Amino acid sequence: MIRLTTPLTEEAIRQLKVGDEVLLNGNVVLSRDMGHKFMKEQKPEWLKPILENMVIYHCGPVVRKNADGSWTFVAAGPTTSIREEPYQADVIETYKVRGVIGKGGMGKKTSEGLQKTGAVYLHATGGAGSLLAERVKRVVDVKMLEEFGSPEAFWIIEVEDFPLVVTMDSHGGSLHEIVAQQSQDRAKALMA
Amino acid sequence: MSECVVPTLTSAEVVASKSLLPQGWKADMSNLAGLDLTLCATELLRRTTSRLPQDVIDALVKGRDAEEPGSRAFNTLNDMVRNIILADGNVSPLCQDTGSIIFWVRHPFGFSQRAARKQLRAAVMEATKRSWLRPNCVESLSGKNSGTNMDPFHDHHPAFHFEEWDQAHIEVSVMQKGGGSENVGAQYRLPDAALGAGRDIKGVRKCIIDAVVKAQGQGCSPGILGVSIGGDRVTGWERAKELVLRKLGTANPDPKMDAFEKELTRDLNTLGIGPMGYGGATTVLGVSAEEMYRHPASFYVSIAYMCWSSRRGTLTLAADGQPSYDL
Repeated sequence: MIRLTTPLTEEAIRQLKVGDEVLLNGNVVLSRDMGHKFMKEQKPEWLKPILENMVIYHCGPVVRKNADGSWTFVAAGPTTSIREEPYQADVIETYKVRGVIGKGGMGKKTSEGLQKTGAVYLHATGGAGSLLAERVKRVVDVKMLEEFGSPEAFWIIEVEDFPLVVTMDSHGGSLHEIVAQQSQDRAKALMA
Repeated sequence: MSECVVPTLTSAEVVASKSLLPQGWKADMSNLAGLDLTLCATELLRRTTSRLPQDVIDALVKGRDAEEPGSRAFNTLNDMVRNIILADGNVSPLCQDTGSIIFWVRHPFGFSQRAARKQLRAAVMEATKRSWLRPNCVESLSGKNSGTNMDPFHDHHPAFHFEEWDQAHIEVSVMQKGGGSENVGAQYRLPDAALGAGRDIKGVRKCIIDAVVKAQGQGCSPGILGVSIGGDRVTGWERAKELVLRKLGTANPDPKMDAFEKELTRDLNTLGIGPMGYGGATTVLGVSAEEMYRHPASFYVSIAYMCWSSRRGTLTLAADGQPSYDL
């Protein structure tokens, strides 16, 4: 088990390999469909200090607003990452992002982006919304809440021992590619 | 890490003690047109969002116990069980994607569908306010979130299926259908030259295998499949989704289909996709298939994919108004 704390260095990221289990600490930034389209098309400057050497989490949480105006994450598992495939590599490069958390894995273009910039794809257990919300220590800030709505906003949260697996590394390795290839071969046999 | 987490949920008594319904609450079935389902339906949503049906839990545990202890597949299924225990104990959503909300209502003559629609919408709004449901209803083009789970244009979310029947009791079933799993559903038109799939059961089988391979872990495997063979583009999809409501482990009333489902489930679990696509022997928890009519020129195979967190439940109001929940 490897413990990592954001912000991350390229050196630390380059050491990670597919299959490594990671417990992540520190701040992560939530972003999904609207955020990624926005980042690729508009490249807002104000996100640069928020994202540099940080980790993006593909997640649209269930949140609760407390009486004192603060927020609590009630459920916060990953959403399907492949929808961000058209945007992710650009976002990683533009903002020097060191990691992307999601589920289901991503494609070739993202893999190339991970290799070029020095970043990893970290897989979280899909559907484990309650379990993962327990690892959210606090909500630090939220951006674009009004414009995007709560599932799509840039939530900045602090996590503690957030359990992840490296499934795509910065050297071109991808567990998803291996499983896809093996299952396609098996499917051919089943269809014969 | 390789200990087997035992899925002990809170008892029926504890669940009842947290119920929104006052003790002894009963529906007045003598006045069907004046019935108010708002509170008992909000209670249904409280349960479906935080508790998985026992048959789904049993299937997940069976899958886990068949995986190699300590493997990623085993640990992932164990985490799923941990999540189930936690959500139930906290009455918090099992998954942050609380889904699109789909209702099936079966009712006697004299019941007002118009009133029920209004009340069930109010139940969804209340459950959203309480953070049991995420606001999951946005304008398609602008992406603007209504914040209430109500369709900003018409009346299409939540979705309703009403059926009048000749029985005295009322059943309200609900499904919370996540977007990730919805995205990996597929509809095929046979014959399919690319797959080499003809208009027969072998062709149907090829479509299902293809859909599961394309889905990989993206629909949050192990998945549950509802498969309709035939119908048109709409009725086929509609039926496929409804088939996901069938309890896992119950036999298909059609023995031919039952054998087909069992063999297919075994075969799909040799694909090696495993929980969340990490690899492993648990790729699907079950398949529910049904043959329908079709137009002679059309042959559709509609495959609804439900994630492992198959949130569904039924509220029954007995003929005397007594409410009961099947989870």
